[in-house]
Amino acid sequence: MEITDKTVDELAHLARLQFEGEEKERIRHDLNRILGFMEKLNELDTEGVEPLIYLSEELNVLRNDESRQTITQQQALKNAPQRDSDYFKVPKVLKNPSEGK
Amino acid sequence: MGIDAIAPYHRALKNGETTVVATVSDFLARISDTAHLNAFLEVFVDDAMQRAKTLDASIAEGQFGKLTGVVIAIKDNICFEGHRVQAASKILEGFESLYSATVIERLLAEGAVIIGRLNCDEFAMGSSTENSSLGNTLNPWDNTRVPGGSSGGSAAAVAAGLCHVALGSDTGGSIRQPASFCGVVGVKPTYGRVSRYGLLAYASSFDQIGPLARNVDDAALILEVMAGADDYDSTASSRPVPRYSEELTASGKKRFAYLRDCVEHPALDADIRDRFMKMVEGLRNEGHTVQAVDFPLLEHLVPTYYVLTTAEASSNFSRYDGMRYGYRSPKAHDLESTYKMSRSEGFGPEVKRRIMLGTFVLSAGYYDAYYSKGQKVRRLVQDRVKAIFDDHDLMLSPTTPDVAFRFGENSDDPIKMYLEDIFTVLANLAGIPAISVPLGEKDGLPFGVQVMADSFHESEMLAYGKRLLSDDFGVLV
Repeated sequence: MEITDKTVDELAHLARLQFEGEEKERIRHDLNRILGFMEKLNELDTEGVEPLIYLSEELNVLRNDESRQTITQQQALKNAPQRDSDYFKVPKVLKNPSEGK
Repeated sequence: MGIDAIAPYHRALKNGETTVVATVSDFLARISDTAHLNAFLEVFVDDAMQRAKTLDASIAEGQFGKLTGVVIAIKDNICFEGHRVQAASKILEGFESLYSATVIERLLAEGAVIIGRLNCDEFAMGSSTENSSLGNTLNPWDNTRVPGGSSGGSAAAVAAGLCHVALGSDTGGSIRQPASFCGVVGVKPTYGRVSRYGLLAYASSFDQIGPLARNVDDAALILEVMAGADDYDSTASSRPVPRYSEELTASGKKRFAYLRDCVEHPALDADIRDRFMKMVEGLRNEGHTVQAVDFPLLEHLVPTYYVLTTAEASSNFSRYDGMRYGYRSPKAHDLESTYKMSRSEGFGPEVKRRIMLGTFVLSAGYYDAYYSKGQKVRRLVQDRVKAIFDDHDLMLSPTTPDVAFRFGENSDDPIKMYLEDIFTVLANLAGIPAISVPLGEKDGLPFGVQVMADSFHESEMLAYGKRLLSDDFGVLV
């Protein structure tokens, strides 16, 4: 598996990250090295092996489906990078039809 | 360094020979005298003093908890209500926690004093604490060397006598490796033994909170208080919690295994190997059986660990989007650039590297070849470990291949840094508990031995950790 600049761009978009110039060169190099290292797993025959997904031995831990208020609105807003008195302020998500897509 | 263990400290408190206020003041003075170590990111001075006064008053009224007046510092990825927590990352600068982790609630309920938050690798990703966005922490034994990581501030603080006990978190060795590098005791509990509620998640099927301490008794007591079922973490085990602190007597003849592949590993320092084998001889002379067992998967452990933990991290870290909390780039102009620029400016290089790797191994087309493959190999690893525990009580290995390295020594090569975890990741992959205790020194630098046990066999592990630390085989230094 060879990671190209194009793959870096695609992965970065999926991860909502961006890399430019030297940083991009560096991440491409590192990904190639580390994925090469991970390929060691291909030496092992895992035919018929059940994937290990859950480490906990607890099964079906249930609780009543009850709503509870655990924090206030003001607490929820406390750490917001931008807010007004009632809401989180975020960049505009929907655009006007006149602005195109 | 003149820090009492909890039991003698408690006797002194009860006899009126000392007070919590005096003890907290001493620690605060010491923290301030050793500020160059950069172990603490923040010291909760006023809070801790206020709490000390309250505790002295309650002692006067005859109230005494398991941890009354015990001074605890916490890794900067554990939430404490009303206090900042940022996992040494720029992306959470200024973030103040709205609630306390379950472990913090339990420690406070027994009378502990939380004195501050400790440096670590950003989001617990690293083995040297060099990935902190807030500067390096120095190893108290040799200031030109790293304290290990990711719980480097925790290990340095305990080694320098800046608290009775520190909390760390361990995803692939992040408690045990720094414990080894700083000459202290570090415990990673069985997966699910301690609630992860209030721990900033890195890799959720690996992470465990655990204590770093100056002796096994203190670590056992802290674990006993923290462990147990929790309504806020459905992976926390409902098994009853033994009184670890009262079960520390190593008795009877045990069947030990050590991993031949670890001891014969070319990266293992020759002096550490010799010292380890002397310890093995000491155990045999005491009448225990100690058998070398093969572990042919050793070279596959670290790659498996990185496939799975980066996948979990890339998913966990999608929450840092610059919307409801955390850093938001002032340069962004729309929604997508807000996500991308906030995350790219907020995360450091190692975190970004792991998010990218995780995104790759989970992406369509590569999921089966990497992520599913990793989960299958994890099953093979766990099966092999369970098979060893069918025939043995405890498993031994050196904690680290070498003593603490110098700053910058492993920085240019991520794989070299990742191989720091080669002896410790096994416990996280298999979900078993492990302890590192100091075994010896090389050129004035400490190194540890690791004792691993089958899941939920912490008592035996702690007892033998204490036994190895107590050093009366006649061969121990």
